[in-house]
Amino acid sequence: MIGAFVIAFREVIEAGLIVGIVLAATRGIVGRGRWIGLGIVGGLAGAALIALFAEKISDAFEGAGQDILNASVLIVAVLMLIWHNTWMSRHGRELAGELRAAGNAVRTGQSTLAALALVVGAAILREGAELVLFLYGLVASGASGAELQIGALAGVAVGALVSSVSYFGLAAVPTRYVFSVTSALIIFLAAGLAAQAAQFLSNAGLITVLDRPLWNTAGILREDSIVGRVLHALIGYTDRPTALQGVVYLGTIIVMIGLMQWSAADKRRQLRTA
Amino acid sequence: MPDRIISFGSRRLPRALIGAGLGAALLVACVPSARAEDLPVIKLEMRDGVFVPEVIEVPANTRFKLEITNTGKSPVEFESAELKREKALASGATSSIVFRTVDPGTYPVFDDFHPESKATLVAK
Repeated sequence: MIGAFVIAFREVIEAGLIVGIVLAATRGIVGRGRWIGLGIVGGLAGAALIALFAEKISDAFEGAGQDILNASVLIVAVLMLIWHNTWMSRHGRELAGELRAAGNAVRTGQSTLAALALVVGAAILREGAELVLFLYGLVASGASGAELQIGALAGVAVGALVSSVSYFGLAAVPTRYVFSVTSALIIFLAAGLAAQAAQFLSNAGLITVLDRPLWNTAGILREDSIVGRVLHALIGYTDRPTALQGVVYLGTIIVMIGLMQWSAADKRRQLRTA
Repeated sequence: MPDRIISFGSRRLPRALIGAGLGAALLVACVPSARAEDLPVIKLEMRDGVFVPEVIEVPANTRFKLEITNTGKSPVEFESAELKREKALASGATSSIVFRTVDPGTYPVFDDFHPESKATLVAK
């Protein structure tokens, strides 16, 4: 029972933490519930499809199908997070300010909601496929008793609960600062996802350079411990990063900060000339 | 699945991002398809937390295919932290992982859905 609980729990928090951050990052934008809900439903449907076609997907591209799919999903999520932060550095102040209801941002905010719905969908799709396989296996096999199934369901519930803590924690941040906090979190989130994508491309044989490990911190914090997994989900912690992962991680951070600076400066120029 | 969701927001999402996304998709579509047949195949059986064989011998520094079959009643997940690989398999499923180059050495592997299970992969 404990085993099933732990497995279900950790699969849920990996996606759940991302959903919590995204929800906090869209505070004040009209229609976010609908968009994020769409992302969750789409992600779950996608996870079920992937679990169903797991064998076919694996065999595609000379056995690299799963890696390529994972990398593609992650790359889409990273692009959408970059787009969101760039947009936010332009419109965040309007959203945080008094005039948000009348502001232009409310209308254009739909595009960033769509982008973040995709991020939520991608996160659930990727982490969810394994969970679907695991849960379905528990039910379908009949080998496991009700005890195991209760353990797994409790794991899902507690995982969702812990994930919602990330949201309510962020929701407690004063409105003036909340977007600065979520933007910073999203930079690290995106960098971590980009580094994972790079590893999948490397596993698929599409990138064959810089594959030596930079360091090994498995002795200090194992990536597959609960804390390691949470940090993995949030900032892309890995106990044996390759040089490629390091380069992609830093590169993503630099590109995002650059775009955000540019976008904020552009906004200031516009205000001055207006 | 992701494609369908993209179209929801595509009217307003910046072209550059859509372009980059399409570029990534194209890159994926153009992966050279080659020689799966002449890959050495190493077979591994996983059964409710038991690895057969428990010591998996594989060739080092060359491409090979690890073909995993789940002969047990519960789902399994082959995983190696050091090799950065994982694969989940439903009961009765067979699937494989293609390794490009593995340095000679001994690597611990485990079944992530059966936390007590352990095996080793030895590359020579």
